[in-house]
Amino acid sequence: MSSPTGGVVKKEKVSVPFDYNKYLRPNKLPHIWCPGCGHGIVLKAMLRAIHNAGLNKDNVCVISGIGCSSRTPGYVDFNTLHTLHGRALSFATGVKFANPKLKVIVVTGDGDALAIGGNHFIHTCRRNIDLTVLVFTNATYGMTGGQYSPTTPIGSQATTSRYGNIEPPFDACEMAKASGASFVARGTAYHTLELEKTIQEALEHKGTSVVDIIDACPTYFGRMNKFKGASQMMEEIEKDKTVSVKQVDKLPPEKVQGKMLRGVLHKVDRPEYCEQYETLVMEKAKAK
Amino acid sequence: MGNAAEKKLPRIEINARLCKGCSICVDFCPTNVLEMRGTTAAVKDLAACTRCQLCDLRCPDFAIQVFD
Repeated sequence: MSSPTGGVVKKEKVSVPFDYNKYLRPNKLPHIWCPGCGHGIVLKAMLRAIHNAGLNKDNVCVISGIGCSSRTPGYVDFNTLHTLHGRALSFATGVKFANPKLKVIVVTGDGDALAIGGNHFIHTCRRNIDLTVLVFTNATYGMTGGQYSPTTPIGSQATTSRYGNIEPPFDACEMAKASGASFVARGTAYHTLELEKTIQEALEHKGTSVVDIIDACPTYFGRMNKFKGASQMMEEIEKDKTVSVKQVDKLPPEKVQGKMLRGVLHKVDRPEYCEQYETLVMEKAKAK
Repeated sequence: MGNAAEKKLPRIEINARLCKGCSICVDFCPTNVLEMRGTTAAVKDLAACTRCQLCDLRCPDFAIQVFD
Protein backbone atom coordinates (compact mmCIF):
# COMPACT_ATOMS: atom_id res chain seq x y z
CA MET A 1 0.00 0.00 0.00
CA SER A 2 1.69 3.22 -1.09
CA SER A 3 0.97 6.42 0.80
CA PRO A 4 -0.04 9.38 -1.34
CA THR A 5 2.60 12.06 -1.81
CA GLY A 6 2.28 15.44 -0.14
CA GLY A 7 0.98 16.23 3.30
CA VAL A 8 -2.60 15.17 2.70
CA VAL A 9 -2.42 11.83 4.51
CA LYS A 10 -5.25 11.74 7.03
CA LYS A 11 -5.10 9.46 10.05
CA GLU A 12 -5.76 5.81 9.21
CA LYS A 13 -7.66 6.43 5.98
CA VAL A 14 -7.76 3.60 3.49
CA SER A 15 -6.05 4.71 0.32
CA VAL A 16 -6.50 1.52 -1.68
CA PRO A 17 -10.06 0.21 -2.03
CA PHE A 18 -10.91 -3.12 -0.47
CA ASP A 19 -10.95 -6.03 -2.92
CA TYR A 20 -14.42 -7.46 -2.33
CA ASN A 21 -14.15 -9.87 -5.25
CA LYS A 22 -11.76 -11.99 -3.19
CA TYR A 23 -14.70 -12.96 -0.94
CA LEU A 24 -17.53 -12.84 -3.48
CA ARG A 25 -18.86 -15.01 -6.26
CA PRO A 26 -18.67 -12.18 -8.81
CA ASN A 27 -20.67 -14.05 -11.45
CA LYS A 28 -23.69 -13.97 -9.09
CA LEU A 29 -23.75 -10.17 -9.08
CA PRO A 30 -25.72 -7.94 -9.39
CA HIS A 31 -27.54 -9.16 -6.30
CA ILE A 32 -31.33 -9.31 -6.04
CA TRP A 33 -31.63 -6.57 -3.41
CA CYS A 34 -33.55 -3.46 -4.44
CA PRO A 35 -31.82 -0.14 -5.23
CA GLY A 36 -30.77 1.43 -1.94
CA CYS A 37 -31.31 -1.70 0.19
CA GLY A 38 -29.05 -1.59 3.24
CA HIS A 39 -28.23 -5.30 3.08
CA GLY A 40 -25.51 -4.68 0.49
CA ILE A 41 -23.81 -2.15 2.79
CA VAL A 42 -23.95 -4.57 5.71
CA LEU A 43 -22.59 -7.39 3.56
CA LYS A 44 -19.62 -5.24 2.63
CA ALA A 45 -18.94 -4.40 6.28
CA MET A 46 -19.16 -8.13 7.08
CA LEU A 47 -16.62 -9.02 4.37
CA ARG A 48 -14.20 -6.36 5.59
CA ALA A 49 -14.62 -7.57 9.18
CA ILE A 50 -13.90 -11.17 8.13
CA HIS A 51 -10.81 -9.95 6.27
CA ASN A 52 -9.62 -7.87 9.23
CA ALA A 53 -10.17 -10.76 11.63
CA GLY A 54 -7.71 -12.72 9.47
CA LEU A 55 -10.05 -15.67 8.92
CA ASN A 56 -9.31 -18.27 6.26
CA LYS A 57 -12.08 -18.48 3.68
CA ASP A 58 -12.25 -22.27 3.98
CA ASN A 59 -12.77 -22.09 7.75
CA VAL A 60 -15.77 -19.79 7.57
CA CYS A 61 -19.32 -21.04 7.18
CA VAL A 62 -22.12 -18.58 6.42
CA ILE A 63 -25.60 -19.86 7.16
CA SER A 64 -28.95 -18.19 6.55
CA GLY A 65 -32.66 -18.89 6.68
CA ILE A 66 -35.21 -17.35 4.31
CA GLY A 67 -35.75 -13.74 3.43
CA CYS A 68 -34.03 -10.87 1.67
CA SER A 69 -31.04 -10.82 4.01
CA SER A 70 -30.80 -14.59 3.81
CA ARG A 71 -29.81 -14.38 0.15
CA THR A 72 -26.34 -13.38 1.37
CA PRO A 73 -24.77 -16.89 1.26
CA GLY A 74 -25.46 -17.01 -2.47
CA TYR A 75 -23.03 -14.16 -3.11
CA VAL A 76 -20.17 -14.93 -0.74
CA ASP A 77 -17.37 -17.37 -1.46
CA PHE A 78 -17.25 -19.29 1.85
CA ASN A 79 -18.79 -22.55 2.91
CA THR A 80 -22.45 -21.61 2.72
CA LEU A 81 -25.86 -22.98 3.65
CA HIS A 82 -29.25 -21.53 2.72
CA THR A 83 -31.72 -23.25 5.00
CA LEU A 84 -35.32 -23.21 6.23
CA HIS A 85 -37.21 -20.15 7.37
CA GLY A 86 -36.17 -19.31 10.92
CA ARG A 87 -34.07 -22.44 11.34
CA ALA A 88 -30.68 -21.00 10.37
CA LEU A 89 -29.57 -21.09 14.01
CA SER A 90 -30.50 -24.77 14.34
CA PHE A 91 -28.49 -25.69 11.26
CA ALA A 92 -25.64 -23.50 12.51
CA THR A 93 -25.68 -25.22 15.89
CA GLY A 94 -25.38 -28.56 14.08
CA VAL A 95 -22.53 -27.37 11.88
CA LYS A 96 -20.63 -25.87 14.80
CA PHE A 97 -21.16 -28.95 16.94
CA ALA A 98 -19.96 -31.27 14.17
CA ASN A 99 -16.86 -29.18 13.48
CA PRO A 100 -16.07 -26.74 16.30
CA LYS A 101 -13.04 -25.44 14.38
CA LEU A 102 -15.28 -23.69 11.85
CA LYS A 103 -16.15 -20.02 12.29
CA VAL A 104 -19.89 -20.08 11.84
CA ILE A 105 -21.69 -16.87 10.91
CA VAL A 106 -25.48 -16.74 10.80
CA VAL A 107 -27.02 -14.09 8.58
CA THR A 108 -30.67 -13.61 9.33
CA GLY A 109 -33.42 -11.04 9.04
CA ASP A 110 -35.47 -9.64 11.89
CA GLY A 111 -38.53 -11.68 10.96
CA ASP A 112 -36.44 -14.79 10.44
CA ALA A 113 -34.61 -14.50 13.76
CA LEU A 114 -37.20 -12.99 16.08
CA ALA A 115 -40.56 -14.25 14.81
CA ILE A 116 -40.31 -17.49 12.85
CA GLY A 117 -37.11 -18.57 14.58
CA GLY A 118 -37.73 -16.81 17.88
CA ASN A 119 -37.34 -19.91 20.01
CA HIS A 120 -34.18 -21.00 18.23
CA PHE A 121 -32.80 -17.54 18.85
CA ILE A 122 -33.53 -17.67 22.58
CA HIS A 123 -32.09 -21.15 23.03
CA THR A 124 -28.97 -20.47 20.98
CA CYS A 125 -28.27 -17.50 23.24
CA ARG A 126 -28.99 -19.60 26.32
CA ARG A 127 -26.48 -22.29 25.29
CA ASN A 128 -23.82 -19.71 24.44
CA ILE A 129 -22.56 -21.78 21.51
CA ASP A 130 -19.81 -20.02 19.56
CA LEU A 131 -21.82 -18.49 16.69
CA THR A 132 -21.82 -14.99 15.27
CA VAL A 133 -25.41 -13.97 14.60
CA LEU A 134 -25.98 -10.94 12.38
CA VAL A 135 -29.61 -9.81 12.50
CA PHE A 136 -30.44 -7.51 9.57
CA THR A 137 -33.23 -5.41 11.07
CA ASN A 138 -35.14 -3.63 8.32
CA ALA A 139 -38.50 -3.68 10.14
CA THR A 140 -40.35 -5.41 7.33
CA TYR A 141 -40.80 -8.69 5.49
CA GLY A 142 -39.40 -7.45 2.19
CA MET A 143 -39.42 -10.69 0.23
CA THR A 144 -43.13 -11.38 0.69
CA GLY A 145 -44.42 -7.87 0.06
CA GLY A 146 -43.83 -5.63 3.06
CA GLN A 147 -45.81 -7.14 5.94
CA TYR A 148 -45.00 -5.73 9.40
CA SER A 149 -42.34 -7.60 11.31
CA PRO A 150 -41.47 -7.96 15.03
CA THR A 151 -39.32 -4.82 14.88
CA THR A 152 -41.71 -2.51 13.01
CA PRO A 153 -42.17 0.62 15.17
CA ILE A 154 -45.61 1.47 16.58
CA GLY A 155 -47.61 3.60 14.15
CA SER A 156 -45.68 2.55 11.04
CA GLN A 157 -47.46 1.55 7.88
CA ALA A 158 -47.08 -1.91 6.34
CA THR A 159 -49.15 -3.91 3.89
CA THR A 160 -50.70 -5.70 6.88
CA SER A 161 -51.14 -2.57 9.02
CA ARG A 162 -52.79 -0.03 6.75
CA TYR A 163 -53.93 2.10 9.69
CA GLY A 164 -50.59 1.96 11.47
CA ASN A 165 -48.93 -0.82 13.45
CA ILE A 166 -50.19 -1.20 17.04
CA GLU A 167 -47.76 -3.95 18.15
CA PRO A 168 -44.80 -2.85 20.28
CA PRO A 169 -41.53 -3.86 18.61
CA PHE A 170 -38.95 -6.31 19.96
CA ASP A 171 -35.54 -5.07 21.01
CA ALA A 172 -33.30 -7.84 19.64
CA CYS A 173 -30.38 -6.78 21.85
CA GLU A 174 -32.38 -6.85 25.11
CA MET A 175 -33.81 -10.22 24.14
CA ALA A 176 -30.38 -11.68 23.36
CA LYS A 177 -28.96 -10.30 26.59
CA ALA A 178 -31.83 -11.65 28.68
CA SER A 179 -31.53 -15.06 27.00
CA GLY A 180 -27.84 -15.31 27.90
CA ALA A 181 -25.82 -14.31 24.84
CA SER A 182 -22.32 -13.35 25.95
CA PHE A 183 -21.78 -10.62 23.33
CA VAL A 184 -24.54 -8.27 22.26
CA ALA A 185 -24.03 -5.25 20.02
CA ARG A 186 -25.88 -3.01 17.63
CA GLY A 187 -24.79 -1.27 14.46
CA THR A 188 -26.32 0.49 11.51
CA ALA A 189 -25.64 0.51 7.78
CA TYR A 190 -25.12 4.27 7.99
CA HIS A 191 -22.19 3.97 10.44
CA THR A 192 -20.47 1.44 8.26
CA LEU A 193 -16.92 1.66 9.64
CA GLU A 194 -18.22 1.37 13.19
CA LEU A 195 -20.28 -1.62 12.08
CA GLU A 196 -17.20 -3.24 10.56
CA LYS A 197 -15.36 -2.96 13.89
CA THR A 198 -18.37 -4.23 15.84
CA ILE A 199 -18.69 -7.29 13.58
CA GLN A 200 -14.96 -7.95 13.88
CA GLU A 201 -15.23 -7.82 17.67
CA ALA A 202 -18.21 -10.19 17.47
CA LEU A 203 -16.22 -12.60 15.30
CA GLU A 204 -13.33 -12.58 17.75
CA HIS A 205 -15.55 -13.20 20.77
CA LYS A 206 -15.92 -16.76 22.04
CA GLY A 207 -19.60 -17.58 22.61
CA THR A 208 -22.87 -16.48 21.05
CA SER A 209 -22.36 -13.01 19.61
CA VAL A 210 -25.46 -11.20 18.44
CA VAL A 211 -25.18 -8.04 16.35
CA ASP A 212 -28.45 -6.28 15.61
CA ILE A 213 -27.91 -4.25 12.45
CA ILE A 214 -30.42 -1.56 11.55
CA ASP A 215 -30.71 -1.05 7.80
CA ALA A 216 -33.30 0.36 5.46
CA CYS A 217 -35.89 -1.21 3.17
CA PRO A 218 -36.67 1.67 0.78
CA THR A 219 -39.00 -0.40 -1.39
CA TYR A 220 -41.60 -1.40 1.19
CA PHE A 221 -41.00 0.27 4.55
CA GLY A 222 -39.71 3.43 2.88
CA ARG A 223 -42.46 3.90 0.33
CA MET A 224 -45.26 3.09 2.74
CA ASN A 225 -43.93 5.46 5.39
CA LYS A 226 -43.44 8.38 3.00
CA PHE A 227 -39.65 8.35 2.81
CA LYS A 228 -38.25 9.86 -0.36
CA GLY A 229 -35.47 7.34 -0.75
CA ALA A 230 -32.77 5.23 0.81
CA SER A 231 -30.59 8.21 1.73
CA GLN A 232 -33.39 9.87 3.69
CA MET A 233 -34.09 6.62 5.53
CA MET A 234 -30.43 6.24 6.42
CA GLU A 235 -30.34 9.80 7.75
CA GLU A 236 -33.60 9.71 9.69
CA ILE A 237 -33.71 6.14 10.97
CA GLU A 238 -30.11 5.02 11.21
CA LYS A 239 -28.35 8.30 12.00
CA ASP A 240 -30.90 10.38 13.90
CA LYS A 241 -32.57 7.61 15.89
CA THR A 242 -29.44 5.96 17.26
CA VAL A 243 -26.77 7.10 19.68
CA SER A 244 -23.41 5.54 20.40
CA VAL A 245 -22.87 3.96 23.83
CA LYS A 246 -19.63 5.90 24.07
CA GLN A 247 -21.46 9.24 23.80
CA VAL A 248 -24.57 8.43 25.78
CA ASP A 249 -23.20 9.61 29.15
CA LYS A 250 -22.00 12.93 27.76
CA LEU A 251 -25.27 13.90 26.07
CA PRO A 252 -28.20 15.65 27.79
CA PRO A 253 -31.13 13.29 28.51
CA GLU A 254 -33.45 14.88 25.95
CA LYS A 255 -31.01 14.02 23.15
CA VAL A 256 -30.92 10.38 24.19
CA GLN A 257 -34.63 9.84 24.82
CA GLY A 258 -36.30 7.45 22.40
CA LYS A 259 -33.04 6.57 20.66
CA MET A 260 -31.48 3.17 20.27
CA LEU A 261 -27.99 2.48 21.52
CA ARG A 262 -25.24 1.63 19.07
CA GLY A 263 -22.00 -0.20 19.80
CA VAL A 264 -21.12 -3.09 22.13
CA LEU A 265 -23.93 -3.25 24.68
CA HIS A 266 -23.07 -6.39 26.62
CA LYS A 267 -19.94 -8.50 26.84
CA VAL A 268 -19.29 -11.20 29.45
CA ASP A 269 -17.21 -14.34 29.67
CA ARG A 270 -19.35 -17.43 30.00
CA PRO A 271 -18.49 -21.10 29.37
CA GLU A 272 -18.93 -21.96 25.70
CA TYR A 273 -21.18 -24.89 24.77
CA CYS A 274 -18.83 -26.91 22.50
CA GLU A 275 -15.96 -26.60 24.96
CA GLN A 276 -18.13 -27.64 27.87
CA TYR A 277 -19.38 -30.64 25.94
CA GLU A 278 -15.84 -31.68 25.08
CA THR A 279 -14.77 -31.35 28.70
CA LEU A 280 -17.68 -33.53 29.78
CA VAL A 281 -16.84 -36.19 27.18
CA MET A 282 -13.18 -36.24 28.23
CA GLU A 283 -14.11 -36.49 31.92
CA LYS A 284 -16.46 -39.39 31.34
CA ALA A 285 -13.97 -41.14 29.03
CA LYS A 286 -11.27 -40.90 31.70
CA ALA A 287 -13.60 -42.20 34.38
CA LYS A 288 -14.20 -45.45 32.46
CA MET B 1 3.19 21.39 -0.90
CA GLY B 2 2.15 20.83 -4.51
CA ASN B 3 -0.23 23.28 -6.10
CA ALA B 4 -3.55 22.40 -7.69
CA ALA B 5 -2.06 21.78 -11.15
CA GLU B 6 0.29 19.07 -9.87
CA LYS B 7 -2.31 17.47 -7.62
CA LYS B 8 -2.71 13.82 -8.46
CA LEU B 9 -6.34 13.02 -9.18
CA PRO B 10 -7.95 9.85 -7.91
CA ARG B 11 -9.59 7.40 -10.25
CA ILE B 12 -13.26 6.68 -9.52
CA GLU B 13 -14.53 3.50 -11.11
CA ILE B 14 -18.28 3.09 -11.46
CA ASN B 15 -19.51 -0.25 -12.71
CA ALA B 16 -22.59 0.53 -14.81
CA ARG B 17 -23.62 -3.14 -14.85
CA LEU B 18 -23.86 -3.22 -11.04
CA CYS B 19 -25.09 0.33 -10.30
CA LYS B 20 -28.83 0.36 -9.57
CA GLY B 21 -29.11 4.13 -9.27
CA CYS B 22 -30.05 4.38 -5.59
CA SER B 23 -28.13 7.69 -5.37
CA ILE B 24 -26.72 6.95 -1.88
CA CYS B 25 -23.20 7.80 -3.10
CA VAL B 26 -24.41 11.08 -4.59
CA ASP B 27 -26.35 12.11 -1.47
CA PHE B 28 -23.61 11.29 1.05
CA CYS B 29 -20.57 12.61 -0.86
CA PRO B 30 -19.22 15.40 1.38
CA THR B 31 -17.70 17.34 -1.54
CA ASN B 32 -20.36 16.74 -4.23
CA VAL B 33 -18.08 14.84 -6.58
CA LEU B 34 -20.84 12.66 -7.97
CA GLU B 35 -24.15 13.22 -9.74
CA MET B 36 -26.91 11.08 -11.16
CA ARG B 37 -26.78 10.73 -14.92
CA GLY B 38 -29.86 8.84 -16.01
CA THR B 39 -30.13 5.75 -13.85
CA THR B 40 -26.49 5.47 -12.82
CA ALA B 41 -24.10 7.57 -10.77
CA ALA B 42 -21.42 9.52 -12.63
CA VAL B 43 -18.42 11.67 -11.75
CA LYS B 44 -19.13 15.41 -11.94
CA ASP B 45 -16.13 17.05 -10.28
CA LEU B 46 -13.16 14.73 -9.86
CA ALA B 47 -10.84 17.46 -8.56
CA ALA B 48 -13.03 17.90 -5.47
CA CYS B 49 -12.58 14.25 -4.42
CA THR B 50 -10.81 13.85 -1.07
CA ARG B 51 -10.55 10.04 -1.32
CA CYS B 52 -12.68 9.66 1.82
CA GLN B 53 -14.15 6.43 0.39
CA LEU B 54 -17.63 7.11 1.79
CA CYS B 55 -19.20 6.34 -1.60
CA ASP B 56 -17.44 2.98 -1.69
CA LEU B 57 -18.30 2.19 1.95
CA ARG B 58 -22.00 2.98 1.54
CA CYS B 59 -22.57 1.60 -1.96
CA PRO B 60 -24.88 -1.41 -1.51
CA ASP B 61 -24.13 -2.78 -4.98
CA PHE B 62 -20.31 -3.09 -5.12
CA ALA B 63 -20.52 -0.61 -8.00
CA ILE B 64 -18.17 2.24 -7.04
CA GLN B 65 -14.54 2.28 -5.91
CA VAL B 66 -11.99 5.07 -5.51
CA PHE B 67 -8.41 4.29 -6.53
CA ASP B 68 -5.61 6.53 -5.39
